[in-house]
Amino acid sequence: MRFGFGFGFGFGSGLLLLPLMFGWICASELTFELPDNAKQCFYEDITIGTKCTLEFQVVTGGHYDVDCRLEDPDGTVLYKEMKKQYDSFTFTASRNGTHKFCFSNEFSTFTHKTVYFDFQVGDDPPLFPNENRVTALTQMESACVSIHEALKSVIDYQTHFRLREAQGRSRAEDLNTRVAFWSVGEAFILLVVSISQVLLLRSFFSDRKTTTTRLGS
Amino acid sequence: MIIGNYRTQLYDKQKEEYLPATQGLGMFVEVKDPDEKVILSRQYGSEGRFIFTSHTPGEHQICLHSNSSKFALFAGGMLRVHLDIQVGEHTNNYAEIAAKDKLTELQLRVRQLMEQVDQIQKEQNYQRYREERFRQTSESTNQRVLWWSIVQTLILVAIGFWQMRHLKSFFEAKKLV
Repeated sequence: MRFGFGFGFGFGSGLLLLPLMFGWICASELTFELPDNAKQCFYEDITIGTKCTLEFQVVTGGHYDVDCRLEDPDGTVLYKEMKKQYDSFTFTASRNGTHKFCFSNEFSTFTHKTVYFDFQVGDDPPLFPNENRVTALTQMESACVSIHEALKSVIDYQTHFRLREAQGRSRAEDLNTRVAFWSVGEAFILLVVSISQVLLLRSFFSDRKTTTTRLGS
Repeated sequence: MIIGNYRTQLYDKQKEEYLPATQGLGMFVEVKDPDEKVILSRQYGSEGRFIFTSHTPGEHQICLHSNSSKFALFAGGMLRVHLDIQVGEHTNNYAEIAAKDKLTELQLRVRQLMEQVDQIQKEQNYQRYREERFRQTSESTNQRVLWWSIVQTLILVAIGFWQMRHLKSFFEAKKLV
């Protein structure tokens, strides 16, 4: 999947466990919402010897970090990182079967996060399914292939740029909220302190007057 | 254009495997655009395909809910969802395009490159729109910060005056001044 515009994916409630599986394509990109104290797992069938890449980035939420864990069909942990903001991991599948990768937000109490991940399995399928690989490509065709690869990397850079922009915007909005609260709070504290200063000062002089009167009589 | 395909499989606890196809289980698909307006809201069966086109740039939300109430009765029930979302250039079926327009291999490759460049252009338009919004937000923030600083200084000075005046009249009343 490639996203021309920013894309989000939300999970509805009603199911106790919702594993997600990609069966038909070679590369999957998804931006999904991870609620607080939740863990979301994805599964992918991979054949032995395939080179795969998992890349993820936290787009919005809290301290912009998430736990990630990748396991092979036997349960062996291939990759495990706690509280990572962005990472990329390449591996070669050593056995056939369903590999599983999970993102966990269990350390966070109330911030839900939006996480983007890109799971690339093997190479992209060729344009022609029954392409005859025996005959060499003409110069034009190989030029087209190299332009195609270059454009793919341009689209990839654009995706990263879009994610960074979304993350920057999210941080700026958090900052705006915090500054707004602080300003209102500070104005309120200012008023409270100035009024209580005056009242306290008045109370000092009121007591002394009573004492003076008693001493005089 | 965005095409989404999904397929669901229900977990059978007795056989401890996923059944091939689920009967009677429907999924409700809802797609919202960046302004929280619902673009697509439809019920599909256990297997479905939904297509929509985005009209505004930004973050769209795709939600899949299971609607089956009898499924919810299974304690610890698990549902496996196979999902495939294709966006932009990837929605094109090149074999079909080649057959319909009778393109040679080279022409098809060039067509694919054109689609990719189209997608890049759309993305750049989106970034230009985002930059414009950002500039507007920055300018409004600047205005608000300026206004707030002035207001806060005025409040401070006004409170100072009020304090002095109040205390002065208080001490005069108490005949201490």
